Amino acid sequence: MSEQTLRVAVTRQEPGQEPRDEMFDVPFDERTSVLDALDWIKDHAEPGLTFRWSCRSGVCGSCGVMVNGRPVLSCETTVAGYRTSGLTVGPLENARVQRDLAVDTEGFVAKLREVKPWLLSDPDSSSIAPCSQNNDEGIARSPQGGVAAECSLPNDIEGCSLPMHTQTPQQAAMFADYSACINCLLCYSACPVLTEVPDFLGPAAIALARRWDLDSRDEGAATRAEILIENEFGIWPCNQNGACTRACPKDVDPARAIRDTQREALSG
Amino acid sequence: MDPVSADNPLSPADLPLRIERADVVVVGGGGAGLSAALAAAESFVTRGQADAVIALISKVYPMRSHTVAAEGGAAGVMPGGGDSLEQHVADTLRGGAGLSHEDAVRFIVEQAPIELARLERLGMPWTRDESGQPAVRPFGGMTHPRTWFAADKTGFHLLHTLYQTTLRTKSIHHFNEHLVLDLLLDDTTRPSLHREQTGFGRRSHGVVGYDQQRGEVVVWLAPAVILATGGYARAWGTSTNAGIVTGDGLTMALRAGLPLRDLEMVQVHPTCLPGSGILITEAARGEGGVLLDANGERYLADYGLGPPTPRGEPMARRMELGPRDALSQAFFHAERDGRTTSTVEGSVVYLDLRHLGAERIKERLPLVSELARRFAGVDPTQEPIPVRPAAHYTMGGIVTTPMGQVLTAEGTKVAGLFAVGECASTGLHGANRLGSNSLVETLVVGRAAGATAASLAEVNDDSAVSTRFGSSNCRIDVKLPNRPQDAEQRLIAHARELAAGWLAMRGRGIESPAEIRRELGRVLDAEVSIFRDAAGLARAATALDGLAARYENVRVADTSDVLNTDWVQVLELGAMLTLARGTIAAAQAREESRGAHQRLDFPDLDPAAHHSITAMNTDNSLRVHLSLAERGKDEGSPGDDAHSCPARQNDREEGR
Repeated sequence: MSEQTLRVAVTRQEPGQEPRDEMFDVPFDERTSVLDALDWIKDHAEPGLTFRWSCRSGVCGSCGVMVNGRPVLSCETTVAGYRTSGLTVGPLENARVQRDLAVDTEGFVAKLREVKPWLLSDPDSSSIAPCSQNNDEGIARSPQGGVAAECSLPNDIEGCSLPMHTQTPQQAAMFADYSACINCLLCYSACPVLTEVPDFLGPAAIALARRWDLDSRDEGAATRAEILIENEFGIWPCNQNGACTRACPKDVDPARAIRDTQREALSG
Repeated sequence: MDPVSADNPLSPADLPLRIERADVVVVGGGGAGLSAALAAAESFVTRGQADAVIALISKVYPMRSHTVAAEGGAAGVMPGGGDSLEQHVADTLRGGAGLSHEDAVRFIVEQAPIELARLERLGMPWTRDESGQPAVRPFGGMTHPRTWFAADKTGFHLLHTLYQTTLRTKSIHHFNEHLVLDLLLDDTTRPSLHREQTGFGRRSHGVVGYDQQRGEVVVWLAPAVILATGGYARAWGTSTNAGIVTGDGLTMALRAGLPLRDLEMVQVHPTCLPGSGILITEAARGEGGVLLDANGERYLADYGLGPPTPRGEPMARRMELGPRDALSQAFFHAERDGRTTSTVEGSVVYLDLRHLGAERIKERLPLVSELARRFAGVDPTQEPIPVRPAAHYTMGGIVTTPMGQVLTAEGTKVAGLFAVGECASTGLHGANRLGSNSLVETLVVGRAAGATAASLAEVNDDSAVSTRFGSSNCRIDVKLPNRPQDAEQRLIAHARELAAGWLAMRGRGIESPAEIRRELGRVLDAEVSIFRDAAGLARAATALDGLAARYENVRVADTSDVLNTDWVQVLELGAMLTLARGTIAAAQAREESRGAHQRLDFPDLDPAAHHSITAMNTDNSLRVHLSLAERGKDEGSPGDDAHSCPARQNDREEGR
């Protein structure tokens, strides 16, 4: 990094204490990310500074923070653009601060679990070829080995078909955008409704519910409707201000997921 | 609870700890750990033990695990396409260069399509062909297209599909941001005794760790433990790996007296962004991307990968689809021949995707496109992406059978201990991994180990009892069958001692962990990368001795109990230092060139294939010997010591 430095304010908070801003002069160049700047502070000035990160490539969803009041992934946000304004890095909003920039994630996980984000099938229908019991469970019965003989495909795989759903590329495209959610919580931080209604399921959980509802293999829309529609904290608190979609680093468009679900509920 | 710091030292006997009981403990929440947990849960349901408890412990939230970054895909023979299981076996064995075990390869290859189809039934959004079946793409080293993919975010979708499925599974208890510190094996206090008692198996009883959110020590007691903790390629300065890929589980195994196999086999991925090391998936080449030197020429043909294939028409195992190590080696030679471009972030060549067209890039390689734009400032539809090699995958690991059963140095089973995914050496990858074989290994071996682990649970075990232990209320109110109370007391006392040792690192030391980490990365990049030689390895060994000595006095300034990332990063650094020393020692011992291990001073392949075996002495120094590879008939066994080379054994002080 070059000799030029940037004044970075970081909002720090210990458990049970009030938040406070601390200032650091951090060296930077055109490629320095907010995460690089936080690392520099931790390595050179304040080893106790607490923030989450892992992949550094915008896919693990760990490193969300507020920069000058806007939720961003710190790994893919460069600091150079803030050289005149300066920047303040704070914890994501609408979540309890655990320590410094780390906020509670369990609340989101609980909401995610509520929308049943897994493939629900109608027990009365059978959209896939029944799979052989051996293929499916054979391993479980054979702790000592001998698995291959019990549950492998025949060596001549030509005549064999795997038990799977059929799904056309067009059907797959229906939910592809929603499946790109990395659970980074930027949309929860951006959502003004969550500030007023903390129990609102929130953008990402609803977008992921929609991801499964729109999946041609899934038959759980009616089940999820109990959570999304027949629930005052489901889709209804949303006032379609679109902050979630603007904040999303993966172009998921949760606002559309919520709007479409609201419209279907009203017309259905 | 009382803070534990240098200012307020607690003797181990006073250290408060929480006891959690489970039927199966899974350490790690990536593809392998989630697959294992789901398989265990299914097994318990099948066996009518619906109240069983699976503790899924992860140092991060599972959806942050490094599986998330796998891009290209997962290999499995697709029926009806002219491919065969035999061919997948043969390709994998060829890639493994004599160190793959045929039984492991066969098991995983045969189960691969079954597990990939199972994932489909869980809702995995595989990219489809027009008939509505999952599509397959060609991949390096594979003679047929057999790589299933979800655009270029295969690992991301695999991880989220499995994670979301675990949320439905009530028996899976998530322990997020809990850091496991050590294994609890029989007599872990005196592992040397066991090494002398050949044929006497050992037994796992659980793990000791730390709840980062509540700030307390936790002991998990369980008849089965599955390690799914990932590899250690983050130790290299230029690495595709996330910050969490630090080899924690491997060092736990070492400290427990268990051997690690083939640590020197480290795959260097040929196409990564300079500086950040961010991976640009091989799928970019599978789709037809080409590599160009500084003059825009397809240089691979000049380094043994020709003859050239037409641009945009990739052919299996030629040019850009040659094995990864061959491509990384070609980069090394091209750099030496002055055909690369120098940048402030090292030399680069260019990955050209322009001829694929914007539409195909958007459909098949959206992540590549996004990463190139955000992290290299390059629009791949308009200009080639600068790329260079980076450390990517560690083939070696904890010695296991093909189904993930951990073995001792003597080749006996450690009852109740499994290792799956990148932390394990099952015998699949051998000396070099074929791209897309590892994701499927996480599913297949994860599942096998999970199911076997569930079968070890004792019926009607009084599980799920969580009891708070502390100096004032230390009590054990559940007497487990076959686990006498005094033995359990000893185990907990031992766990308390181990945890106290790690906690005592807080609030002391003067050496900057950041400086040690940077120097470690620099040394490994320079001396333990694509090509190695005796002089470079000796320099690396000396440098690591120095770093280990500095680590003895490493600084942990943060004394907080809650979310103490300073402490965690120092523990992770310790693991990486240990594994770097093991890697260097093993690379010194292997005086030949094989797979990912290429020696400039020993360019030939030894006619007899040997595994390197690394183990820890009671004084924490490491020793390495070579052991004849048995190729799978007596699978997984590290073998006898007949072929060890005592002259090359390394006896160094090993710092934690």
